[in-house]
Amino acid sequence: MSMIAAFDFLEPAFMQRALLAAAIVGLCAPLVGIFLVQRRLSLMGDGLGHIALTGVALGFLLQTNPVATAVIVASIGSVVVELIRSYGRTSGDVALAVLFYGGIAGGVLLIGLSSKRSNANLLSYLFGSLTTVSRFDLWMIFSLAMVIFLVTIFLKRPLFALCIDPEFAQVSGVPVKALSMVLAVLTAVTVTISMRVVGLLLVSALMIIPVASAQQLSASFTGTRLKASMIGIVGALTGVIMSFYVDLAPGALIVVLIIMFFILTIGFTFFARRHNVQPHPS
Amino acid sequence: MRQEVLRADDLIVQYPGHVALNDVSLKIGESEVVAILGANGSGKSTFVRACLGLTPFESGKVQLFGTDLHEFDEWNRVGYVPQRIHDTAGIPATVWEVVESGRLSHGWLRRYNSNDREKIKHAIEVVGLKESCSYSINTLSGGQYQRVLIARALAGEPDLLFLDEPTAGVDLATQQIFTEALKHLVEGGTTVVLVSHDLGPLRTLISRAVMFREGHMEYDGSPEAEVIDRHIFHDHPHGDFPKQGEWLI
Repeated sequence: MSMIAAFDFLEPAFMQRALLAAAIVGLCAPLVGIFLVQRRLSLMGDGLGHIALTGVALGFLLQTNPVATAVIVASIGSVVVELIRSYGRTSGDVALAVLFYGGIAGGVLLIGLSSKRSNANLLSYLFGSLTTVSRFDLWMIFSLAMVIFLVTIFLKRPLFALCIDPEFAQVSGVPVKALSMVLAVLTAVTVTISMRVVGLLLVSALMIIPVASAQQLSASFTGTRLKASMIGIVGALTGVIMSFYVDLAPGALIVVLIIMFFILTIGFTFFARRHNVQPHPS
Repeated sequence: MRQEVLRADDLIVQYPGHVALNDVSLKIGESEVVAILGANGSGKSTFVRACLGLTPFESGKVQLFGTDLHEFDEWNRVGYVPQRIHDTAGIPATVWEVVESGRLSHGWLRRYNSNDREKIKHAIEVVGLKESCSYSINTLSGGQYQRVLIARALAGEPDLLFLDEPTAGVDLATQQIFTEALKHLVEGGTTVVLVSHDLGPLRTLISRAVMFREGHMEYDGSPEAEVIDRHIFHDHPHGDFPKQGEWLI
């Protein structure tokens, strides 16, 4: 097999776009996910994914780009969720459920009203449709990913403080509520740019599971973040390339791959502990 | 009279079902080292939390450095060591990374410079964790973790330091290191408000004792041994207060 044949997956333009989108999302999703894991909000992305579906359907109905409307609707949803979360108690939990399932139901209904009545269309957003990523989609994913990347890097310290000890952050003069809102909106944006890659139903996996693996292998927050992004990128690219050859849904493949890696890391840590190999002696 | 650093007037804090703080007034001047003593559930932690704006109060007024709490923004002058929750299941973070967040009070959007790094390094040295800088806090013992929290507060170089049960459940070695660190601060003029039900070696530093019972202030005066001893309870060391984080969901 020649070198060129080995890289034949790079030939079709849709594959180039798919790989780029997967790499960008694989890098950025864990950058936001790490803060969600720290705050015990791992399922936040999942909930916002439900809300984003209404945005997608709105895009169909208005005949504009569904990624754009999804970003807007999910961001509004994230602000509402954060408000409910910060003021609510037990009723907040119910309110969140209402919002999340309202998002799915609203999405399905709006799609029914739109002219492009196709379940295939809906499914492509629920489970991802990397091969249909357009140039415009790619630009959108790229620019929003840049925002996520820069904000999470720039606000690393205050976000870290917020997530590890919100009361200490507040007493340090960090605007805790505003920053929580920023994190919520970042989550919404991550969800919408990831939906073309892994689909709305699997978005949370790409944000959370690389982080869960990386935390087994690191002693520091910075190290966890770096490794999580690397796992995200490698997992996403491998999934897309494999899907080219075996003709399976890339989104599901990516998620299965990163879950397999997670199980491996758990096994590794278990083994290391039994043999008393610690990343840092104490 | 020395400059007033903390002033609370007629504070009332209500939790569902009971009054946690009932009409408490207290003035603390510069360089005082005040121990707030009392049994579990006496309101001593609530008092500190109310002064820091972490627990809302029904009525009353709090002033920090002469400014009303609601308008107060000089948080770089205030340090806080919360009641310890040692969660080893979270994302790993090194000792350095945690202590580093103590400098956020000097501007949370700022880039850190060599001065910040110097202060962080110094704070870690003071609590005797220099060798453990790059260890994950998840691998530390309870006492070591408590030292990290203290270093985090020290790194901010506060003029007024609140400590909530800093030595509860901590080994004697840590208590001594901690007393030394605090002594250093006190000598530099820092005002200290220390919530405790068991002073231990810290007793030597205290200049004034305030005693809480069932939400009332029962005693305020000199920290004579017999007065303190009469009021210190050893019966149930923890759990007098909702865990940190439960208020800011």
